Amino acid sequence: MINGQASIEIRDLYKIFGRSPEQHVGRVRSGLSKAELGKVHGHILGLNNINISMPAGKIQVIMGLSGSGKSTLIRHINRLIEPTFGSIMIDGRNILEMSELELREFRRNKTAMVFQRFALLPHRTVLDNVIFGLEVRGIDKARSRAIGMRWIERVGLVGFEKRYPEELSGGMQQRVGLARALSNDASILLMDEAYSALDPLIRTDMQTMLLELQAELKKTVVFITHDLDEALRLGDQIVILRDGSIIQQGHSQDILLNPADDYIERFVKDVNRARFLKVDAVMEPIPPSVNRSLPTLMSGSTLETAAVELTNSPSYEATVVDSAGKPLGAVSLRKITAAMSSAIAKHEAMKRDVAIDAVDACDR
Amino acid sequence: MEWLFKFPQLDADFLLTIKRATDGSLRSITRLYGDTIENFFYPLQQVLIFFEDIITGSPWPLVIVVLAGVAWFAARRWSVVAAVVGTLIAIGLLGLWQDAMKTISLVFTATVFSIALGMPLGIFMNRFQRVGAVIETVLDVMQTMPPFVYLIPVVMLLGIGRVPGFIAVVIYAVPPIIRLTDLGIRLVDKEVLEAADAYGCSRGQKLWKVQMPLAMPTIMAGVNQTIMMALGMVVIASMIGVQGLGLNVLQAIANQYFTQGIFNGFAIVGIAIIFDRTSQAYGRRLQMRQATRA
Repeated sequence: MINGQASIEIRDLYKIFGRSPEQHVGRVRSGLSKAELGKVHGHILGLNNINISMPAGKIQVIMGLSGSGKSTLIRHINRLIEPTFGSIMIDGRNILEMSELELREFRRNKTAMVFQRFALLPHRTVLDNVIFGLEVRGIDKARSRAIGMRWIERVGLVGFEKRYPEELSGGMQQRVGLARALSNDASILLMDEAYSALDPLIRTDMQTMLLELQAELKKTVVFITHDLDEALRLGDQIVILRDGSIIQQGHSQDILLNPADDYIERFVKDVNRARFLKVDAVMEPIPPSVNRSLPTLMSGSTLETAAVELTNSPSYEATVVDSAGKPLGAVSLRKITAAMSSAIAKHEAMKRDVAIDAVDACDR
Repeated sequence: MEWLFKFPQLDADFLLTIKRATDGSLRSITRLYGDTIENFFYPLQQVLIFFEDIITGSPWPLVIVVLAGVAWFAARRWSVVAAVVGTLIAIGLLGLWQDAMKTISLVFTATVFSIALGMPLGIFMNRFQRVGAVIETVLDVMQTMPPFVYLIPVVMLLGIGRVPGFIAVVIYAVPPIIRLTDLGIRLVDKEVLEAADAYGCSRGQKLWKVQMPLAMPTIMAGVNQTIMMALGMVVIASMIGVQGLGLNVLQAIANQYFTQGIFNGFAIVGIAIIFDRTSQAYGRRLQMRQATRA
C-alpha cells in the first residue's frame, strides 16, 4: 500500500489526569494554573493548550525535560492517550472522532511508532519482530518476509534476522525497532525518545541514518527528545515544552538566536552554535555601495565552515549565494564571530554579576 | 457475668434445623438426580479409564522411553533425563510400577484438565477485573478449605471411585494456574503492550501474539504448582477410592506398615521430582528468551 503524506494539526489540546478531568477543563481553559489545579483540585495538568501544525514530510521535534508532557503529547497523535479537550486533524480527519475500528485501521496503516526502550517482542526473532505490523494487518507471510528483509538490509542488520532481541546490543535493537516501523510503510513515524537510551556515538549514527532515510522517504516524523543537540540536528521544526505548555516553537535557527525566555536560554547556552547556526540566519542585505568581488559562501553552510573559509581568505566579508549562484545576502567575519559567541558572552556576564553580588554580600 | 464467658450462640435447635435441612436437601438432590449426574460424568470416567489403560497397559520399557523423551523435549538436559529414568527404575524395582502408573495417569489427566479450565479462567479474570475480584475470593476459599470438607458433597453426589477423586484433585489443583495466568498477563511490559496497540492489534491479536507468549514463563510456574498440588492430593483422594500409590499409603497408615508407607511415600516424592524438574526446566527455557524483559 502506498500512503500519501500526512500533515498533523493539533488544536487547543488539553489533557488533565485525575478522577474527573472533564469537570476541570473549563476552568483550566479560562486560566487556572497547573499548580492551583494540582493543589486545590487534586488533578494533574498534562497538556495545556497545545497548538502545533506539523507539515507533511518534515521532521517535527518536540523537546522538553522529563515531566514536560512530551511523551503524553506524542501518544495523543495515535490516541494511545485520550485527550480531555481539543482536536487532532490528520490529513483533514479528526482522529478523535474515529470509532474503535477506524482507529485500529488508522494505526495499522497511517502510523508507526518507535519506543525509547525498544518494546520488541522477546520471544520473536528479529525478522518476526520487523514484520509484526504487517502480520497484524494480515499480509501474507511470504510477502511480509520479503518486505521485512528489505528493511533489515536497509538498517544494516543482515545476518541477524534469525537472532533474538536479547542477543543484540541496544543500538541494534533500536534498528530492529526502526525497521519494524518502516516496514509498515506508514506516512507518520512517531519516535518517542527513540535514541535516548543509546550511547552517544551510536546515537549519532542512528541520527545520521534517520536523516538519510528521511531524505529518501519524506515521512512526517514526530521526534521526541530531551536533548537539544539532537533536536537541532534532526528538527526542521522544533517545539519546546515545559510543564505541559509550549514555550517556544519555530525553526531551529530562531530558537538558537532568539530564545523566548531564560528557560530556553539555559538550554541553548551549552549548544555548539557554530555547528548548528547557518549563515542564512545571520546574513544582512547586500549593501548597494559594495562592488568589490567578494568570496562566496553557500547558503545553508554552518557558521563553523563559514568562519574557517573566511579566516583563510584575504577578505573579512563574503556574499551568501544559493545553489544557482544567486547572491542572497552578506556576512562578515565579525558578524559570524558575534553570533557564535553571543550566548557565551551573555552567560559570562551573568556569572560576573553573580560574583559581584557575592562580593557585595561579603562586604556588608 | 456469665454471659461474658459464654458466647451468645444461635439457638441450638435452629442450628440443628439448618444442618438437617441442608443435608436433607443435598441427599434428596442425590436421590433425584444421582443417575443424571453420574451419566453426565460418564464420558469423563471413560477418558480417565482410557488414559489409565494406555499407561498401565503399555510395556514398561516403552513408558520409560516416552517419559524420558518428554523430559528431553522439555528440558534439553541429559541430567534431567537421567533423573527421570533412574527414578522410574527405582519405583519399578520396589514393586510399585502398576500403582505408580495409575498415579501418574491421574496426575497427568488432572493437570491437563486444570490447564484447560484454568487458563481461560485466568484470561477471563484478567480481562474483567471486577469479576476477577470475586473469582479471587472463591480461589482463596478453594485453597484454604481443608480438602476433606469438600470431599463430603462430592462423595454424596457421586459416590466413591475415580470420578469423584478426580474432581477433588482438580478442585484442589486448579487455583494456581488461574492465578498465575492472570498474574502473568498483568506482568507483561507496559511498553510492549503500547507497541501492540500502536501497531493496531485487535484485542485477540494482542492476547495471542503478545500477552500469552510473554506470560508463558509465569503460566508455566502455575502449571508446575498445579502438578505438585495434584500429587499432594493423591493420598487424600485415595480415601474416596482413587487407586494408586495413595491407596497404599492409606493402607499403611491403617495397618501401621511403616516400610510400605516409606516406599510408597518415596515413590510419590520421586514422581513429584520428575514432574517438577521437567516442567521447571521447560519454564526456564521459555524464560531465557525473555531475559531482556524489564
